[in-house]
Amino acid sequence: MESGKNFVVGIFDDESILLSAIKKIRGNDVKIHECYTPYPVHGLDDELGYKRSRISIAAFVFGLTGTSLAFLMMIYMMGIDWPMIIGGKDHIAIPSFIPVAFEVTVLLAALGMVATFFVISNLKPYGKPVTFDIRSTDDKHVMAIDLAKNSKNTKELSTLLMESGASEVNEKSFN
Amino acid sequence: MAEEQFQFTAKAKKILSILAIVGVVLLGLGIFTASNTDHHATIDDPDATMHNAPIVVDDLEDAHATEDIDQDHFGEPEHAEEAHGDGHATWLKRIFANLWINNMYFLGIALLGVFFVAIQYVSQAGWSASLIRIPLAFGSYLPIAGILTLIIFLVGGHDIFHWTHSYLMDPNDPRYDEIIAGKEAYLNTPFFIARMIVYFVGWYIIFRFIRKRSLEEDINGGNNYFFKLRGISAVFIVFFAVTSSTSAWDWILSIDTHWFSTMFGWYVFASWWVTALAAITLITVILKENGYLKIVTTGVLHDLGKFVFAFSIFWTYIWFSQFMLIYYSNIPEETVYFIERLSSDHYSTVFFVNLILNFFFPFLVFMPRDSKRHTVFLKIVTIIVLIGHWFDFYLMITPAVLAENGGFGLLEIGMAMIFGVGFLFVALTSLAKHPLVAKNHPMLEESKHHHVF
Repeated sequence: MESGKNFVVGIFDDESILLSAIKKIRGNDVKIHECYTPYPVHGLDDELGYKRSRISIAAFVFGLTGTSLAFLMMIYMMGIDWPMIIGGKDHIAIPSFIPVAFEVTVLLAALGMVATFFVISNLKPYGKPVTFDIRSTDDKHVMAIDLAKNSKNTKELSTLLMESGASEVNEKSFN
Repeated sequence: MAEEQFQFTAKAKKILSILAIVGVVLLGLGIFTASNTDHHATIDDPDATMHNAPIVVDDLEDAHATEDIDQDHFGEPEHAEEAHGDGHATWLKRIFANLWINNMYFLGIALLGVFFVAIQYVSQAGWSASLIRIPLAFGSYLPIAGILTLIIFLVGGHDIFHWTHSYLMDPNDPRYDEIIAGKEAYLNTPFFIARMIVYFVGWYIIFRFIRKRSLEEDINGGNNYFFKLRGISAVFIVFFAVTSSTSAWDWILSIDTHWFSTMFGWYVFASWWVTALAAITLITVILKENGYLKIVTTGVLHDLGKFVFAFSIFWTYIWFSQFMLIYYSNIPEETVYFIERLSSDHYSTVFFVNLILNFFFPFLVFMPRDSKRHTVFLKIVTIIVLIGHWFDFYLMITPAVLAENGGFGLLEIGMAMIFGVGFLFVALTSLAKHPLVAKNHPMLEESKHHHVF
């Protein structure tokens, strides 16, 4: 994410302008770093050419870990470490383990997904928040273009952004 | 928008007729085998070989001796499961049991199709507006299901429902059953038939209202019909909330008269609901593949797939809740239901097949996103789920009616095919009568652009 240090930031007033701008800018072989909008914009990820998130695969793996851990835990506790007879059942009575296994599956899948999402979204405790323009949390749509990843210079990019309907264009540098 | 009309073509009718004929042939062969093996050993069922004598009254009692052990603690060891005078031959009972299984199964699809429509209107759902006519057409099967339920009950009631025998309620009769006599206030033939009529008349009248309004909307348009439909649907859901449970007690739970489960209404509802969702999905996909319903987007199919996926899990949840409580508390009155279904090889196979087809298969196949968006997977999974839930009803009804004499063979397959063709014939005829898309549905535009990730 934090590949570059210098960005050109376009500010858009409206989501429909933003969506058409993305189409135009990507059509000019410019790589867009990221767009920030005050609310979820329908079709934005399609326009940006994002691939589907793989978080569901992560959820499946975390869930499977949860199921196995829960069964291992219960089999070890109830069958090996301290066998107990409950309700006249076997020590290892799989049907009675299922509710716990289900809960642990859900717990690990949920926690795992949240943790994964935090890490990939740079929301980790030691991460620095990247704010291109604070108004993206209010009423403006913000598009950031990484200068290091594009052959065009600041001026060309600014012109392109203005032509695409940006209401203003700023430069932003991170140290 | 051009009006789209489903054509129930001669070719489709021909295919269905051929399937029906095949079904009749299989049924005939099945009955022939079953009635022959009645006197010898049953091929389908190794357990029955012990009783390889002609059907005489004493023998029938003997055949049920094992089952009676479970009921010993009710203080009536002499209690016989069958009437001495009117206990029919096993093969005939097997036909009644099958009639009842298929009747319940297809009634469920018809009824829950209407329920689907009602849910969509009450929740003001937009996504489903483009396919709402398909579940609506299922409802046309309701009167036929009603008549069949009544006829099968009148003809085969004594064989299916043990509690229908009046001697059970008579304290002076040696066959008096205290437990069943205690349930007489609810389980008696006049009240049972009255309830049956109330359910079917209620369901059918509300269905007719929904259908009428929906068709009027096509002609006149306007949002007014939508609000009217929402109102009728709300009435249906309230009526259905009560009757879905009570009808499940009446028609399925009461077959195991001594046993009861407080989960049963929900269990049958869950099974019916997944079946209906699978049927809606399958028919939508097939129509789409035949060039109809271009308006139905991949997003809508995806959502139907999610529905089947989610409610397969819901069914399993209900199934497991019922099983776990009984397993854990281990009370003989309750465990008898599962002992009946797990102690013989035949039923225990079906028991686990039921779980594999209805839970593990849809759960694992429908988990990835793409499988819910491809018609091939949608077809495979919904067909498996439809078969799986037929076995679910088989497992609810057959062991209770036939005990260890139950089997699975040509008879079962043939009967299911005949009912299936009958249901499809009625539903498709009804579908061909009105436009395939509710063109003035206020949410249709939303459905057209329905897009999910």
